[in-house]
Amino acid sequence: MNCELARTTIHGYFDGELDAVRSAEFERHLEHCAECQAVLEGIESLRAQIKDSNLYEHASPELHNRIRKQLAQATGEERVNRELSWKKWFLLPTFGTLAAAAAVITIMFFVALSHRQSALTAELIDAHVRSLQPGHLMDVESTDQHTVKPWFDGKLDFIPPVDDLAGQGFPLVGGRLDVIDGHDVAALVYSRRKHYINVFIWPYREKESITESSGSRHGYNWVTWQSRDMQFCVISDASLSDLRELKNLIHP
Amino acid sequence: MLDPQDRIRFEQLVLPHLNSAANLARWMLRNRDDSDDVVQEATLRAYRFFGQFHGGDARAWLLQIVRNTCYTWLGKNRPSELMTEFDEEVHQRPAANPEILATQSDERQQLMRALESLSPRFREVLVLRELEGCSYKEIGEITGIPIGTVMSTLSRARERLRQVLIGANGAAAKGVS
Repeated sequence: MNCELARTTIHGYFDGELDAVRSAEFERHLEHCAECQAVLEGIESLRAQIKDSNLYEHASPELHNRIRKQLAQATGEERVNRELSWKKWFLLPTFGTLAAAAAVITIMFFVALSHRQSALTAELIDAHVRSLQPGHLMDVESTDQHTVKPWFDGKLDFIPPVDDLAGQGFPLVGGRLDVIDGHDVAALVYSRRKHYINVFIWPYREKESITESSGSRHGYNWVTWQSRDMQFCVISDASLSDLRELKNLIHP
Repeated sequence: MLDPQDRIRFEQLVLPHLNSAANLARWMLRNRDDSDDVVQEATLRAYRFFGQFHGGDARAWLLQIVRNTCYTWLGKNRPSELMTEFDEEVHQRPAANPEILATQSDERQQLMRALESLSPRFREVLVLRELEGCSYKEIGEITGIPIGTVMSTLSRARERLRQVLIGANGAAAKGVS
């Protein structure tokens, strides 16, 4: 290529990015420059070929859904906080009014509990989703329980049980510290096929007792239970039966 | 945190450009699974930074975030692809190998492989210009390439793509004879 214009200006002309004066100038040049004519023909046919090939990759319906769900969750974080502060005011009179009829208290107590539970579950699910953001999953990355367990030492005021369950189909991936409802909790990360599972563990506090239960929300499944003085909650997009299996491995 | 009004604005202004985001990321990462993850991450970032969007071209604004997220992802997961950023030579990546291209009888497949064999810098300007129909000004905004350099970058990218295609056709012809 010898013609300088064939290397650059011709592309601006072709893309309609030259102003009227430069465009007219180039057209005069084009009339008697065989090289520019050939290059123009080449980029025209290249564009036609690209157009004919339908290379545009649209967002799949699945991606649309994923993103809408994620936005709903991001907006939900604030809603959960509001729910929690409301709960404190609701619980106070419940405990305080000892003279009230036992049946009423019991009903209100369970209503409050289930609200509390759903708020806590929402917070745990948010923590799980947050952990899947790049770089958030693990503070200590190891498949060795003897590396992960000592890592928690001194970082928490309790010792979470850590077992590698690779032999049973749940390889340990690592662990991290998280904060749920203002308290430090241990989060162990296991993998199940291509899914990550967070196991949240914290000392059981009576005022926050969560009865053994399971469920799903926004496509995430969870199973929670107590053992001795610890509260456990496993959360993942893996199936509920996988999560129950993991629970039975941790507490046969 | 955004209030419900902002969420509605975000859904009206930014989400309609999800196809553009998916297209750019798919071509930057050359793989659907990875690019879906990156688009999801980029959209969440856009949502969190939406307060900093003061009107203007929402598509270019979103694509700029998608593009940066793609480069961050490539730097973390496939750093070798970024080493060739300014390399003018045709990359002999497996996908761009003429012998492999020759077996792709389909012209569309050939074009896909050729485009994927270009360095990310060339690929992004071609995708933005030819598939997305962006103006030079928008390409400059999205990629950070000075607007005066967009034209010459496109020129080099088209020339490179043409050469890869000629190479592939040459190899195909040789294979036939």
